[in-house]
Amino acid sequence: MERNRNNEKLDKTILRTSANYLLPLLILFSIFLLIRGHYLPGGGFIGGLIASIAFVLHSFAYSPMQTLRMFSIKPFFLIPTGLLVSFLSGLLPVVLGRSFMTGVWFAESVVVIGAFGSALLFDLGVYMVVVGVVLTILFTISENT
Amino acid sequence: MELLLVILVGAFYSAGIYMMFRRSMVKLLLGLLLLGNGANILIFLIGGITKGKAPIIKPQNTEFLEVYADPVPQALILTAIVISFALTAFAIVLLKRVYTTTGSDDLDSLNIQDLDI
Amino acid sequence: MTTNFILAPVLMHLFTAILLLFFWQKVFVQKVISIVGNSIAFILCLRLFEMTLTNGYLTLQLGGWQAPFGITFMADTLSAIMVLLTALVSLAVGIYSTSSLNISRIKFGYFFIFHFLVMGLLGAFLTGDIFNLYVWFEVVIISSFILLTVGGKKMQMEGAIKYVTMNMLASVIFLTAIGILYGITGTLNIADLAGKVAQVENKGLVTVTSLLFFVGFGIKSAVFPLYFWLPSAYHTPPSAIAAIFGGLLTKMGIYAMLRVFTVVFQPDHFTLTLFSVIAILTLITGALGTINKRSIRRILSYLIVCHIGYLIAGLGLNTELAFVAVIFYLIHDVIVKSNFFMISGIILKMRETVDITRLGSLLKDYPKFSFMVALVLFSLIGIPPLSGFWPKVLLFQETFKQENYVLLAALIVASFVTLFVVIRIWSEAFWKESPKPITEEIDHFRPFSLSGKIALIAPVIGLTAVSLFIGLNANNVFKLAEKAAYEMKHPEIYINNVLSTKE
Repeated sequence: MERNRNNEKLDKTILRTSANYLLPLLILFSIFLLIRGHYLPGGGFIGGLIASIAFVLHSFAYSPMQTLRMFSIKPFFLIPTGLLVSFLSGLLPVVLGRSFMTGVWFAESVVVIGAFGSALLFDLGVYMVVVGVVLTILFTISENT
Repeated sequence: MELLLVILVGAFYSAGIYMMFRRSMVKLLLGLLLLGNGANILIFLIGGITKGKAPIIKPQNTEFLEVYADPVPQALILTAIVISFALTAFAIVLLKRVYTTTGSDDLDSLNIQDLDI
Repeated sequence: MTTNFILAPVLMHLFTAILLLFFWQKVFVQKVISIVGNSIAFILCLRLFEMTLTNGYLTLQLGGWQAPFGITFMADTLSAIMVLLTALVSLAVGIYSTSSLNISRIKFGYFFIFHFLVMGLLGAFLTGDIFNLYVWFEVVIISSFILLTVGGKKMQMEGAIKYVTMNMLASVIFLTAIGILYGITGTLNIADLAGKVAQVENKGLVTVTSLLFFVGFGIKSAVFPLYFWLPSAYHTPPSAIAAIFGGLLTKMGIYAMLRVFTVVFQPDHFTLTLFSVIAILTLITGALGTINKRSIRRILSYLIVCHIGYLIAGLGLNTELAFVAVIFYLIHDVIVKSNFFMISGIILKMRETVDITRLGSLLKDYPKFSFMVALVLFSLIGIPPLSGFWPKVLLFQETFKQENYVLLAALIVASFVTLFVVIRIWSEAFWKESPKPITEEIDHFRPFSLSGKIALIAPVIGLTAVSLFIGLNANNVFKLAEKAAYEMKHPEIYINNVLSTKE
């Protein structure tokens, strides 16, 4: 049914096929940007935006409802979770007796990721907040129209 | 380059202030945006424009060996842009709400208040 | 002393806000979390206040980056006083709003935004970095925009537009000033700026920059001629929101002025004269504005403007004793203004209106409540021994000593107008017979459950008690203000403490 209605406006076959492949690719790319962001261009904000673009593209190809179905929790809850992760990453050095938000790093570098520290955790929190905010805005708008 | 930016800053500020004096609410908002952008470029300009590398000292060195660009103005501008993004998004929603309640873009149409003291 | 504890109140409010987001739309849980979070934050602020008094100065170099490169957090006596006041008012308003606001507003995330706003205020009072101050200002104004405009009716819209426009403009001016300051000094740390600004040879540029700061902060703290947004915005939101706005938001601008014009810029003769002139005009316009108003909230809004004049006057006198008066007055003003906005909310619940011509016989119907309001009104005027009296006397004395008679006249006129307006509120709303009979439908206060009534009245009693305490214990508060004023007059202590701290 829905397909027929869409066919009248525009045939979405190409967009849908490409969105299917682009979604995992873009998310992978966003994670790449998130991890390299400490010294190189990238970071949580940009990574989060790219990840949300992936979902936005998917919602264009299908419908916002179908995109929403991919989430087992509401994207809204990514916002407090992300804030909490960032908050705790700032608190971590306090536990170790340093100033709030001091970067603390593991001595050993982790496979693939490289140096792992509280800065990455902070960025991860930002990433989640950005994805949460963009998706919440998107779904709120699509519900109202 | 500097002169160009100086002119640009002046243009942004004057255009912004001019737009704020109009009666239309959308123009008011545009004026505020222009002012904000003018302020950002001002920070960029006044912080000193240098061609240089990112200010990261290599592990084997203890000080900067090459010319480096001052990262502070960029950080300031980035922060200011993000903040003004949020404010603008909010202001647009507010203006839309005003438009739907009053049905007008004219600021004078809002002047009902001073009747009830 | 370097300690992470300085951030504890800020982080507590942030944590409460995050927790509230997890319980979106669950009204009861949100109320409980908010009250618990506010109480813990209050205890933390009390502890911070005590630590600052015993240790003198608390500092924190965020992220372990040494000043002047990193962001510094700094608590001196002035900051500690402001933090304590914020905690007190936010606790009172937090409890008050659990009962006074309707459910839909709470579902819209009221408490989340509220805690975010308080976090911004605390951050602004504790930061030692001028750009960080800008960021906290933005946190506060964006939260205040949301609180002010949610559920907007047409009446709110004009105020909201003015408020949003003026505050955005103030931010741009503030940002421009920061940009120029960074351009001429190359630093953003307030303590470091102090030394660098003094070395700048182009004094004219420094004065212009300082005046840009004054305009930016002046819009936020509603001084003449930039105050007009305040009376049209502050009387529209629910009283709980108006209480926190009226008590703290304008004072944030005053705090920033006190900080910038004591540490960073040393005001010259021209700037001081300007402050005095602005103070006189603010006092007069604010006072004149109150006279023909009928709504209690509008009267209060103009009184806020009028009383900002006292604070600017003290800033213009620029002596240690004047600063003592300013700080004392600030303490008194924050408590009384928040309290009175909450009282106006209770009156609104009792009579469905705050128009004093339509109010009446409150004294007959609610004698105990009226007695308490009388105490608040008396301390607003400054009848000895209540809290408003001492700072006013100090300020008058100091103005007289400096032979600034025009300012003295303006201060006295403003005091008398306050007296007149307060008497008018009292006789119209409390003494007079109600013009129309009070029916059951009008009174929304009596049907409240007992816990609801307690949540409405207890904060008002608490803040009134604080007002009384300040008045009766003026000796100690005076000593506290004296300590803060001494530190303001000797910025080198502040500067040394920030720049010499090692982790």
